[in-house]
Order: sequence, then C-alpha cells, then structure tokens
Amino acid sequence: MSFSPARPQPVAHGARLWAEVAAAAALLVLLQPALHLGQGTTVRFTAGPSVHTDTSPWQLPYDALRSTLRMFAALAASTVFSLCYARAAARSRRLERILIPALDILQSVPVLGFLTVAVTCCTALFPGSALGLECASVFAIFTSQAWNMTFGFYQSLLALPPELDELSRSFGFSRWMRFWRVELPHGAIGLVWNGMMSFGGGWFFLVASEAISVGGTERALPGVGSYAGAAVAHGDLGRIGWAILTMAVLVTGVNFLFWRPLTAWAEKFKYEQAEASQVHRSWVLELLRRTGLSRLPGRALGPLGRALSRAGRVFGRDDRPLAVDHGRRRAGDLLFTLVTGGLLLWALTGLGRFAGRQGGPGVFTEPLLLGLVTLGRVLLVVAVSTVVWVPVGVRIGFSPRLTRIAQPLVQLAASFPANFLFPLAVWLFLRTGLPLGVGGILLMALGAQWYILFNTIAGAMAIPTDLRQAMDDLGVRGLLRWRRLIVPGILPAYVTGGITASGGAWNASIVAEVVSFGGTTLTAGGLGAYIAEATERGDLARLIAGVAVMSLYVVALNRLLWRRLYRLAERRYAL
Amino acid sequence: MNAARRLLGLLRGRGTPPPPPEPPSGDGEVLLAAHGLTKSYAGSEGELPVLAGVELRVRAGEIVAVLGRSGSGKSTLLRCLAGLIPPSSGTVSYRGRPLTGANPGTAMVFQTFALLPWLTVRQNVELGLEAQGISARRRTEAARQAIELIGLDGFESAYPKELSGGMRQRVGFARALVVEPDVLLMDEPFSALDVLTAENLRGELLELWESGLFPTRAVVLVTHNIEEAVLMADRIVVLGPRPGAIHTTFEVPLERPRDRQSPGYAELIDRVYRTMTGRTGATGTGRTGPAEAPLPEAGVDALAGLAELLARRGGGCEPAVLAEELGLDLDGLLPLVDGLELLGLAETVETELVLTELGTAFAGADVQGSKRIFAEAVREVPQMRLILDSLRQHPGGTVRAGHLAGQLARQCTGEQAARQLETATDWGRYAELFAYDADRRVYRLEERGPGDP
Repeated sequence: MSFSPARPQPVAHGARLWAEVAAAAALLVLLQPALHLGQGTTVRFTAGPSVHTDTSPWQLPYDALRSTLRMFAALAASTVFSLCYARAAARSRRLERILIPALDILQSVPVLGFLTVAVTCCTALFPGSALGLECASVFAIFTSQAWNMTFGFYQSLLALPPELDELSRSFGFSRWMRFWRVELPHGAIGLVWNGMMSFGGGWFFLVASEAISVGGTERALPGVGSYAGAAVAHGDLGRIGWAILTMAVLVTGVNFLFWRPLTAWAEKFKYEQAEASQVHRSWVLELLRRTGLSRLPGRALGPLGRALSRAGRVFGRDDRPLAVDHGRRRAGDLLFTLVTGGLLLWALTGLGRFAGRQGGPGVFTEPLLLGLVTLGRVLLVVAVSTVVWVPVGVRIGFSPRLTRIAQPLVQLAASFPANFLFPLAVWLFLRTGLPLGVGGILLMALGAQWYILFNTIAGAMAIPTDLRQAMDDLGVRGLLRWRRLIVPGILPAYVTGGITASGGAWNASIVAEVVSFGGTTLTAGGLGAYIAEATERGDLARLIAGVAVMSLYVVALNRLLWRRLYRLAERRYAL
Repeated sequence: MNAARRLLGLLRGRGTPPPPPEPPSGDGEVLLAAHGLTKSYAGSEGELPVLAGVELRVRAGEIVAVLGRSGSGKSTLLRCLAGLIPPSSGTVSYRGRPLTGANPGTAMVFQTFALLPWLTVRQNVELGLEAQGISARRRTEAARQAIELIGLDGFESAYPKELSGGMRQRVGFARALVVEPDVLLMDEPFSALDVLTAENLRGELLELWESGLFPTRAVVLVTHNIEEAVLMADRIVVLGPRPGAIHTTFEVPLERPRDRQSPGYAELIDRVYRTMTGRTGATGTGRTGPAEAPLPEAGVDALAGLAELLARRGGGCEPAVLAEELGLDLDGLLPLVDGLELLGLAETVETELVLTELGTAFAGADVQGSKRIFAEAVREVPQMRLILDSLRQHPGGTVRAGHLAGQLARQCTGEQAARQLETATDWGRYAELFAYDADRRVYRLEERGPGDP
C-alpha cells in the first residue's frame, strides 16, 4: 500500500515563477465578483448558539446521512472537474501554460479561505434559502479534494505510455474512445487513490462548513458537524461524545463499504503486464463478485457506455495532422497571449483599485508578521510529530504483522476530522489552564501528525529486507543504522508526508487559533486567528490579505524546504 | 483454416463466395511509398538527421524487412509509414495519395504488445472495429474468427496479464489482422519473446502468409535480427548508421518454406551480416569523430569477459558463432565487438574477430595490470581524448557534465550524447583517468594513473 498518489505533486515542467505570480494575481482577481456580492454579509464558522434546536441523539442518523450525501456530491463534482481540467491542460499547449500554474496556486490556498468566499457568493445567489449554504458547504469540500485529484490525473495523462498513444492513433480511435478506453482506465488507479485520500481530508472541511453564521444570524445545515457545533455551544460533553461516535462510524463505514472495494476493483487498471505481487483485497468486493452483484452496474451501464461511445464519435477521430501551419500557429499563440494578457491587466488594475480603497499595501503588514508566529507553530508541529512518530512508524513498517494491524487504523485516524475533537481538547485546556498559544499547537498536530506516521510506515516497508539483513550481518546498529539505512530509506516517503502534514497544519491554524467551548472563547495570536476574526467581522479586505499571505507562506515553505528535500530524496535515496 | 476462410468471407466478400486461397502473389501494385524521406530531431547545434533520403516502395504480395542496428532510425521509419509522426521533408503516400494523418491502410503490431490490460482478449481484438463504428454483433463475429485464425480460441475472455508473452503477441496480431489492413506494420514483434516462443510464432505466421489466408496484402517488418529477416522477407532493406538511409537492398530469392540448411540461406546471412557491421569496404574502421564510431554501450566487465573468451579460443572467433554459443542475440554482442575494436584490443580479419597484441596482454593480465592496459587503450579513443582535453583546460578544476555532453552532442542527438557520456564515465573511472561526482555532476582530472603508488 502506498500513500504516494495523494502527495501534492511537484509541478511537472515549465511552471516558472512569473507564471505562478500571474496566476495568483488572476485568482485574487476572480474574487472580485465575490467581493461585490458579499458587501454587507459576514460569515463566521466558529460554532455559536445554533439553530439546531433538537440535539437529541436520535437526530444523528438523519444528520449523518445528510453529511455523507454532501461528501459524495463534492466527490462527484471533484471527479468531473479533475477529468475536464486535466484533459484540457494535457491536450492544449496554450491552456497548459495557464492552467497548471493556476492549479499550483489553488493548491496552496487554505481551503477555509475558499469557504468564506463560497459562503458569501452562494448566500448572495440564493438569498434566504438553505440551498446557498448547501452549495457553499459542498464547494468547500470540493476545494479540499479537486486540486490534488486534478494534478494526479494530469500527471497520469502526461505519463501515458507512448505505445498506447500510437495504438489509439494508428487504429483510428475516436477521441472519445481514446479518453474512455485508454486515458481514463490508465489514470484510474491514481484517481481512485487520490480520491480516497482527498475524501478523508474532506471530512475536516465538512465539519467546518456545516455550522456557519452569516450576516449576524446563525445558520446551520442539518449534519453531524452542526450537531456537534450545537452540542459544543451548550457545553454538553455527553452529546459531543455521541457525535464523535457517529463520525467514527461514518468514516469507517464509508471506507469499508466504498473505498476499500473501489481500490480493490481499480487493481484491474494496472498497466503492467505481469500479475501484481501484492493485491488489495476487499471482503465487500469479493462478496459482491461471488453473488454476481458486481456485474449488475456493468450490465446496467453497458448500454449507456455504448450510447456514449456512439455519441462520442461527434468529437471526431484521434488524429494529429502531419503538416503544421506555422504561420497560423504563431498567429494563434499571439492572439492567445494578447487575450490572456489583456484579461490579466484588466484584473490587476481592478485589484489595485480595490487595494487602494482599503488602505493600500499596508494591509499586508500585520498578517505578514502574524504569519511568522503561525509559521513557528507549523514547524513545531512537524518537528514534534517527526520526533514522536518516525521511530514508531519505522518500528511498525519493519514488522509485517504490526503493519497489517496499524496501517488501516492510521489511515482512519488521518481521515477522522480533527476539529471534531477540538471541543474535548479545549475542555481540557480550560480545566488545566493551558494557554491556547501552546494548546493550539496540539490542536494543529491532532490532524497533521498522522500523515507523517502513515508515510513513515510506507517508507519503512519499502526498504528491502535484504538490505536490513545485510546491515544485521555487518553489525550496523543504533545511530549508525539510522544514519546509513533508515533515514535515507524513508526520506522520499517522509517528505511526502511532511508536505501533507504542514499543509494540513496551516489549514488547521484557522480553526485552532480561535476556539470556543460553552460560551468561553480562547484566542492565540497568529495568522489563523487573524483570518478567523476577519471572517467573523466580514472584513473582506483583511480576509483576502490574510488568505493571500497564508498562501504565500505555504508556497514559500514548499519551495524553500519541501521541494528541495523532495528532489534530494528522489535523486539520492530512491530505492 | 476454415475459420480463416470464413473470416475472409465475412470481412471481404459480404455475401459473395470467398476466393480460393492462394499465396499472396500480388499484382505488384505499390501500396506504400516513401519518397525522399528525411526526419531530424533538434540537437544542441541545429537539426540532427535520423533518417536521410529514404526511398522505399512496398508492393502488394511482399514482405519487406527493414534491418538496422539500434539507433539506425528503423522504428522512426515505420512510424513515418504509419503516419504517426510527420517527416521533416519528403512524402509518404498510401496508394499514391500523400498522408495527412494516421495511415488508413496500415495496422501496427508493437514490440511491447500495447494491449489494454483492462480489456479482455476479445475486447482488445475488437478495438479497431469499434473505432470504425462497426455494430457490436458483426464485431463479435469478426473477432471470433480472427481469434480462431491466430490460434487464440479458448482465451477470449482472459485478460492479457493472464497470458504468456507468446499468447499476448498473438492478441497483438489478431487485433491488427481483424481490421484487414492493406499493409501490416510490425515493429520488432518477436524481440520481447524468448527464443523458442519467437521461433514458433514466426513459423505459424509464415504458414498463414503462405497459405494465402492472411488478410493483408503486404507486410513491413522492422527487426535487428538478421536471421529473422532472411527467414521471413522477400526483400531486406538495410539501414546504414545514423543518419539512416538505405544502405543496401537484398532480394531474397529463396523458395518458401525456406530451408535453413541450404547453402544459399547461410551465404545470404553472411552477406547481410557483413553489410550491417560495415565490414564490406577495405577501409577498415575509420575513426574520425564521435558520430562515425560512437562509444558503444559496453561495460568494462563485459569487454574483459569477451577478451578472455577470445583468448581461450586461441585469439579469434567469428562473432556470429560466439553469439550463438553465448545464447546472445548478435545485436547484443555487436556493441562489445565495437568496443574492443574501438579500444584497439581486437580487430576484424576476414569474418573473424581477432585479439591484437595489446588485447592478448589485456586478457591475460591481473586486476591492476588489466586496468593499466585499459587506461592506455582508452586514452586513444577520440571521445575520451575530447573529454581529457577539456579537463586539462581546467587544471585542478572541475568540468560540468552538461559541458561535456554538449561537446559530444555536436555530432549526435542529446540523448545519444548522454548515453555516450555514460559509457565514457564508466571507462574513465575504471581507468582512473578522472573522477566523477554524481551529486554535483562534475568531472575532475585524476592526478595519479592506475596502479601508481
């Protein structure tokens, strides 16, 4: 089992700094409609007294169902988005130059930043209706899933074996057939694994997005997250316990009934001619296969597939003209550059005017300084998790028996939304008098640590047994063994975990630096608290400044630390 | 064979009775033609030609083998014929019409099979028909017959990964044949298979071809295997070293089925071999620059092994005999032969590879001794001289790998230069001429020679 499909993929090529800066500017600019729509509405997502009047535990099954539906709606949207976006980027040389840097930026924006914008937009689009909130919630979950899945599918399109491309063109496949028969199956494994990992991360944002206050009135969607929010507001520990239990059942159930069978089924899309040595199994899938139920969807969708492939013929044949008209091509490039450049310029001037109205570039000073505090916390989270979990992970990874037991558990723990446990932790802080400046680090680590553990296990498993035996044979033990074998061996996997963990910690800081429990609110100074407060007050200028600065920190940390480590690991320590 | 006849009837006749089978004698119609075909890729100093001025006509009723060593551009030529890559200049035409995209009259069989592992054998075979929009019922019927023709019956519902290599390539053949292409293009179709499997498949394919049940009118076979070419083809086109142009064309006058024991067969193999290894002229090996005699991909250990083997056999042997004895493809042995010759450790006399005096000493020396001899020999290789000169111009300093690759790339593509640099690094490190730091990707002159105190 490997965690690697979920890693934030380094940009493949050509993503030069200017392109990213331009894309970042363009995205900030796209916020402008939101700014106009959202004047006058304010949003906050710390749970206040809730509209959720009924907190009877009997309400929970219905709430759980609503939450799950939201998650799957977001997953469907993410999948469709990934397929279209990645296909467009891989197909068109021109679009690729815009889409890929944009994706890289989108990936670095804290998801809760999107949530605020989404809520303002959606409530303005559907005034006075729960539909707006519903959309915003789904959108927030979508933003936590889509970028990763898109990157994964884009990479798999780039990595399409050349003989498959030649097969498609020389046998005169239609474009639809190329996508449906070749490209989608080839990328299916990556898509499923990325989907599973992103789905696990999505629960966090589900919880964060269900109970929101808009324009001073508390609004909540029926769901587990809002149920917990209400219980927290009442300071009812028993009900919080019920909510946590429901969440655990949900996460485990979806994993067992949906993702495990899906990953096991996706095995058939492996593009290797040999039988795999290690196969993913699922009881559920085997049960379905044995009873013949697994053939039902195929039989039901068969005619649909045939109809699609007939309809798909309108997209034409997968053929590339042998002769390229250089003049026309250059003219097309020029036109494309002019149009995108023009749009960007128009957008930038708009942004400049907005910034000018809101007090100029000075608005960035405060978040930049606060960002240093949060950066310190994020680094501490990563460092402490490393010290604690790397030895444990190596121990587990070296023992096949422990791995079998621990790996699914860790995976579940990583999926479990950490913010669900915040109330319990805060109750503890209130009892012990621990300041949130320190406690916040614990809260941030609550979710982030598992990525490090999970990847360390995977990395340790990947170290070949004969290498370990050789070290035993030579008497290489203790510190020397760590220096010579273990650290280099797990580094590639560890870096992947580190990127994910630090990204998760940045995101968590927005909900971890301001927390409340039963009417008491604790605050720790930092960029996360700054964004949370700006959100609550509906101060859009400061909100955008905060989100932009946080994205900047995430990008800088990735470039200065993680990507360098990643390259080093790939070059020197790839086993 | 009845199945094949029915397949023909189904696909061709559509109601009319199938024509009586006879070997595809052909009316000599030109199906595929390449005229003045050149193809070049971008190199560090302008365009580097891979193919230069290829003239080729494929007529109905013939099997044409395109033979060349690795890097001679033979796969590129095949892809130009298939309309998958555009030529830099010249034209490819199918039945007199120049291609504007993928060639409608050809189907390809791939070296790596290129089967879709998520589809069953039957679905894989049906792909080409599905692409043509043929109805599911007729597709199934045609696929069933093609599967029967190629001996895959019983495997219809298997997935490719459950099959052995030979069975997989049969799927590749069935998939190409079911669309009834005018010309079947085969890109080293047997080279990923083990010797026995390849032999069997070649035999079956030839039988089908000779029986007249083969649903294509001509075949182009790309291969590096001389015997395969002589066994199968009516005409052998030998591509010279880069940039590939047609070096020689051999007509194969032998009767089918071919008798491998006949003197004509052995003699033809010998002639083709001498042409391919460039040993027909009296000039010998003219070492003028990296492009003419590129550094072969030959490891030091394998070179030493070959030298020792020659020494044990009295100093000389025919490479073809050696290859057979070692169970190697001749193509796998040739880089080693080139390596020994380039180093001046062996030379070709008539058809035999004979150790030189230096080579005999090399084969007999101990570890440090053979290092010394190798160092002596390797200094004379043009590419090494280029690298050493470069290093000497930076005394005590270092030279980046990119710089050296750039110098080598003046006369070959970047990819080739990288491969040559890899060999040079291996040789130079062994000879202790220079040190290479792979982390920083820099070269440094080694102060002491091998064996110096």
